[in-house]
Amino acid sequence: MKNKILSVHNIKVHFFTSKQFYFPWQKREIIKAVDDVSFDLYEGETLGIVGETGCGKSSLARAIIKMIPIASGKIMWMGEDLSGYNKNKMQKIRREIQMIFQDPLASLNPRMNIGEIIAEPLRTHYPKIMKNIIKDQVKEMMKKVGLLPNLINRYPHEFSGGQCQRIGIARALILKPKLIICDEPVSALDVSIQAQVINLLKDLQKDLKLSLIFITHDLSIAKHISDNILVLYFGKTVEMGLSRELFNNPRHSYTKKLISSVPIPEPNLR
Amino acid sequence: MIINKKNIEDLSKHISELGEIKGRSLWYDARLRFLKNKAAVTSLIILSIILIFAFLGPLFAQWTNEEIDWAILGDISTLGMPSFSTGHFFGTDELGRDLYSRVIQGTKISLMVGVVGALIAVFVGTLYGAIAGYFGGRVDNIMMRIVDILMSIPYMFVLILLLVIFGRSIFMLFVGIGLISWLDMSRIVRGQTLSIKKKEFIEAAVATGVGNFSIILRHIIPNLLGVVAVYATLLVPGMILTESFISFLGLGIQEPNTSWGALISEGAGTMRYGTLWQLLFPLFFFVVSLFSFFFIGDGLRDALDPKDR
Amino acid sequence: MNLLEINNLKIVFETPDGLVKAVNDVSLNLANNESLAIVGESGSGKTQLVFSILGLLAKNATSTGSIKYENQEILNLPDEKMNKIRSNKISIIFQDPMTSLNPYMRIRDQMNEVLIHHQGKSKSDATKQSVRMLEAVKISDAKNRINMFPHEFSGGMRQRVMIAISLLCNPKIIIADEPTTSLDVTVQAQIMELFKDIQKEFQTSFILITHNMGIVADTCLKTLVLYGGKVMEYGLTRDVFLNPTHPYTIGLLETMPRIDREYDVLKTIPGNPPNMLNLPNGCPFSNRCQYKINDCIDLQPLIKTINNQNHQRACHVLPKEFNL
Repeated sequence: MKNKILSVHNIKVHFFTSKQFYFPWQKREIIKAVDDVSFDLYEGETLGIVGETGCGKSSLARAIIKMIPIASGKIMWMGEDLSGYNKNKMQKIRREIQMIFQDPLASLNPRMNIGEIIAEPLRTHYPKIMKNIIKDQVKEMMKKVGLLPNLINRYPHEFSGGQCQRIGIARALILKPKLIICDEPVSALDVSIQAQVINLLKDLQKDLKLSLIFITHDLSIAKHISDNILVLYFGKTVEMGLSRELFNNPRHSYTKKLISSVPIPEPNLR
Repeated sequence: MIINKKNIEDLSKHISELGEIKGRSLWYDARLRFLKNKAAVTSLIILSIILIFAFLGPLFAQWTNEEIDWAILGDISTLGMPSFSTGHFFGTDELGRDLYSRVIQGTKISLMVGVVGALIAVFVGTLYGAIAGYFGGRVDNIMMRIVDILMSIPYMFVLILLLVIFGRSIFMLFVGIGLISWLDMSRIVRGQTLSIKKKEFIEAAVATGVGNFSIILRHIIPNLLGVVAVYATLLVPGMILTESFISFLGLGIQEPNTSWGALISEGAGTMRYGTLWQLLFPLFFFVVSLFSFFFIGDGLRDALDPKDR
Repeated sequence: MNLLEINNLKIVFETPDGLVKAVNDVSLNLANNESLAIVGESGSGKTQLVFSILGLLAKNATSTGSIKYENQEILNLPDEKMNKIRSNKISIIFQDPMTSLNPYMRIRDQMNEVLIHHQGKSKSDATKQSVRMLEAVKISDAKNRINMFPHEFSGGMRQRVMIAISLLCNPKIIIADEPTTSLDVTVQAQIMELFKDIQKEFQTSFILITHNMGIVADTCLKTLVLYGGKVMEYGLTRDVFLNPTHPYTIGLLETMPRIDREYDVLKTIPGNPPNMLNLPNGCPFSNRCQYKINDCIDLQPLIKTINNQNHQRACHVLPKEFNL
């Protein structure tokens, strides 16, 4: 029986428009980036969150780890309610939930070499660890994601996009988290590299019993990697269910529209 | 060849015998680009020569900067000319003091003023601007409004006030120049911080749980240094000009100390007596140094071009 | 006569780190009312290839070979002569709709600029035609929308505006450089439908550059697959897709997950995109190819036709050796 690790209840994320000057008695305009979304995530599972621009998937991801404030709702992580947690309490949680980002090169500090980049989470959370132990762990992690460990002193701009994303994954894994939130991790990569990174994530998931939240606009990838799918549209849940069921039997018209818009690389004979 | 764990472990055992490969940082690339810029490198060499002159020059001086050469006093326009026989390599000023030593001293003081002013600007301005830019919101607002207010006070007025109240000392000069110099820098650094803050690696650091000040020191400031370095090298001549102006007005350095500005002021005053060397020597050092700083600043800007970051 | 004929095009860039052979001996043809897809990833040279057609390459580029438009040589043509062709006979739609439009000019002025320059129309005539073109790309309420600024449009609508601009002078060829890469999938489907409609209505030839095999399949007659600046495979889309004969094409088709299929493990093309400063002497794909033989590393494979006139490939290994 798998453990439920994350349970999100009726999350709302609001942004204030900063367009005009507001007098104190005026009501400010709100953008409802995430409007009442709920889901559960179990150990070792992958939840795919799909939707188009403005659907709120990135806001939702950042709200879960409290990088942006939530307007209302509950976030239950391993039975603890994160909604009220302040920065200090979240520190411990940050060891267990990590994130990888869309632009592989931009997510790495260009002035640090990759050894320092991958070691940073370790140094932040365990400042007393000795340098040589850190180095060993960094090299182990590099091997795990398919990078040669003797490249440890190289700088991000000396690597290709796919390799940069591997560095990002190594950095996310070094604290041995339980959940990794992947925000469009392969959208900026070449097609021939995307499959490599997706396979790597799936292997690591099996190996380390990781859970993944995989955010993407590419439905084919979402279908392949996810156990469950959550479809968002303008901040609201449109449909949610098992991946295979959703794609074979979509119920909502928006889901149907999304699926039918995906081009298939097979020419109908002209 | 399919990449899997076993392959990588075998490969890495083989390659780790070869040792770790050295990385090529962005600073290294920038240095290469800088060294290709002939004007910048020449300027660097010229500045170094001037610096060496300022430190080793006194070894060759035959007169101190205060000593009055009574033998020449009567007829400076002919006897005070630059010559090797009298030991006055640059000639004398109108009081009979050796211009060579005075120019050396002026060089030391002017360069120090420029560099110290720039350093204060760099340290104070960078930290202030980075903190304001990173924290944003009300903190940023208050900090930047303070800068605006300080900037709107006419600095000449403040400087002259300080000098009048506390007397003319080099220390006061540095204090005054330091008070002004960091303001511009903080605005520039704040602007840069705002754009760096949006980058994904800052988001990654926040998601990792890195503390705010660690982010500022480890992630934001190293990525600012390019702009800061360029602006600092262009600040130095600005500082020297400010000091020269003050000294030209007669308010800066007190005798017997001197600076380029003071020397130029004196030299300009005695031009009609035909003692042109009193103006030309300090002016030469002044102009050449300023040009060098400008070329170096330009070279730095090209070398650190954001296109290649 | 072919509308566009490119023969043995080579583009080399001089960079401080060395010479980059962005395009290495590429030849292709485009006839009237035909559509060609150029498929490739980063480093393939696809963008440089089309930039050279319109003379948009950077100053440190040297191009050799031949590009003929209606039998007239246009490679390395001086700007004054090239300007008569740009947007007039051959127009281009760029990748990022967010930055292709001037944020300070109204749509109307940006569209009129093209008509006034090339056809000498008056402002009112130009505006009328611009409105008509906006309607042709299915922008509703075009008469009022044309007075708006770019930031008031969504990404998909901006791309439609770009398409409208490219159609204004009724060019014979429209080049679209990754036109839907930054758009949502539903918007992408609409834009691709629009391309098909335009082809039918205006009889323009299209060159579509993309790395997305999916959108190629139903819109383009011919497909050219580029890797590391060289042509890997070139032929009718249906031949290239249903009967791929090059390891790279096969790899591309297999590695992209399709929504109508299920996979256990995704097939990958191992290795990394080519380092354009350090290409192998032979086939640029050789270091990632699972079928490579010794010749592949040292010897450049020549383009040979197979089956019929229309299907070409550049590979030392025969298709029957591939265990598909």
